Amino acid sequence: MSVRVYDLAHSRAGDKGNTSNISVICYDASHWEFLERELTAERVADAFRHLAKGPVRRYPLRNLKAFNFVIENALGGGVTVSLAQDIHGKSYSNVMLAIELPDPK
Amino acid sequence: MRSKDAVRVGSGAGTSDDRLIPALELAERGDIDYLVFECLAERTVSRENLSRSKNPDQGYSPSLHARLRMVLPTCIGKGIRIVSNMGAANPLGGARAARQEAADLGLGDIAVAVVLGDDVSSLVQHKGELRLIENGEPLESILPKMISANAYLGADVVCEALHTGAPIVLSGRVADPSLFLAPMMHEFGWAYDDLPKIAQGTAAGHLLECTASVTGGCFGWPGKKDVPDLARNGFPFADVKADGSIVIGKTPGSGGRLDVMTCTEQLIYEIHDPAAYITPDCVLDITGIALTQEAPDRVRVTHAKARHATPTYKVNVGYADGYIGEGEVSYGGIDAVARAKWAAEIVKERLKLQGFAYDDFRVDLIGMSSLHDQVAIRPEPYEVRLRMAGRTNDRKAAHAIGFEVRALHMHGPGGAGGACEPRVRDVLAVKSVLLPKSMVNAQVIVEGTP
Repeated sequence: MSVRVYDLAHSRAGDKGNTSNISVICYDASHWEFLERELTAERVADAFRHLAKGPVRRYPLRNLKAFNFVIENALGGGVTVSLAQDIHGKSYSNVMLAIELPDPK
Repeated sequence: MRSKDAVRVGSGAGTSDDRLIPALELAERGDIDYLVFECLAERTVSRENLSRSKNPDQGYSPSLHARLRMVLPTCIGKGIRIVSNMGAANPLGGARAARQEAADLGLGDIAVAVVLGDDVSSLVQHKGELRLIENGEPLESILPKMISANAYLGADVVCEALHTGAPIVLSGRVADPSLFLAPMMHEFGWAYDDLPKIAQGTAAGHLLECTASVTGGCFGWPGKKDVPDLARNGFPFADVKADGSIVIGKTPGSGGRLDVMTCTEQLIYEIHDPAAYITPDCVLDITGIALTQEAPDRVRVTHAKARHATPTYKVNVGYADGYIGEGEVSYGGIDAVARAKWAAEIVKERLKLQGFAYDDFRVDLIGMSSLHDQVAIRPEPYEVRLRMAGRTNDRKAAHAIGFEVRALHMHGPGGAGGACEPRVRDVLAVKSVLLPKSMVNAQVIVEGTP
């Protein structure tokens, strides 16, 4: 059994230059420790391996029952030069939400 | 609901392409004191610089006319002051256009305070040794292609513009949260040393700078994160008190939702290190911030912290970097994906046969892998749209992509439909440097009599 990040959290992606930042925000604060343990920077880097060179940094935001993931070299050179359709990587939050984690129960 | 000692700062635009009507609704029904229009994306100033080089009267945001025409009668009538970076590459030209709009609307001679000094292009011409933040190369490497260089000015000079009493303040490049912080500094006399207040105001500015992003825009998800009446979503405002207390609200009677969830998404949006969000006004730390639902559609923000601002301005340097060409065509039904893949190979070969080369090239199967790649593991859709795009310094090579994709109608696999016209656009790339604040001469000029 596994859960998706989608089951426990919501997410939004933003861009600055060639760097994407993606929030992961728990619906229920009681899931924060589980995500802190399982949703590591390494796991996120792995999920984005085909889209971003990285590195990936994770910033815990316990006060907001959230995390901020900062993924470098992620946007085809940045919004001004990227050939992608989604030059801002706005849809990247859905790659984050699809990450599967071991069942917390 | 609203106490008399609070000032209410409304958010009227979060990009030059933002919706117009919610700003008018906010002015009409939101009981606001200030209406802030944030309208500059990273490359907008470069683009407007090119407009100004063709016509010296232009170079401000083209959306200025429609926005001001819509809200000026209400704002002037109610005494709502307007603050905006719609001056873009020509704030003085924007001020003249704004005054003309006011006169045409029969509102008389309206003064506009203009913020100048963000344009540092002549200054950095002699600073080729500055390092680009993105890759560490010297600025010199892009100087020959430079179109614009603009410092992100802070709230201090916008505040100075508000001190003139002009109903409208227009700037070029100013950091987004600073546009919102300035009215608070002006109203309450906050100085940069009042760090807890500057922190609260900057956090509020960051929450407001993308308008509907705190009211349910860029948020909803059917069955999971429902947003009521999203079609009529309203724009937000901040109720700010002299002690730095902040409550975010939205236009009464508007659609959408404003709660801790929507505010949390926006608070983290486009932040890297949450303990060090650098603006020209301070270094904001959101790691202690608490968001509390105080009433329906009202969220209180507390415990923002900040350190003193850095001694430098971030400067965006825009430069011409060749062209992007693209084309699209669709395939449907049996073996749609196989035909699209074959078509892509044919186009690539035809481009190569003509001697065209590209710095970067990309093939997307829209409906399958255009957003998140990994074509190999995606399920095949019933229909797929082939998109091919490339970047090059050769305009002919850029155009050839869309030309060859369109020609697949007659010269490719069977059943291609709906190709678009070949598209070519100029690439306006942006990189940045840090410039000591002491070298930048930010100033205010008033057009008309306040």
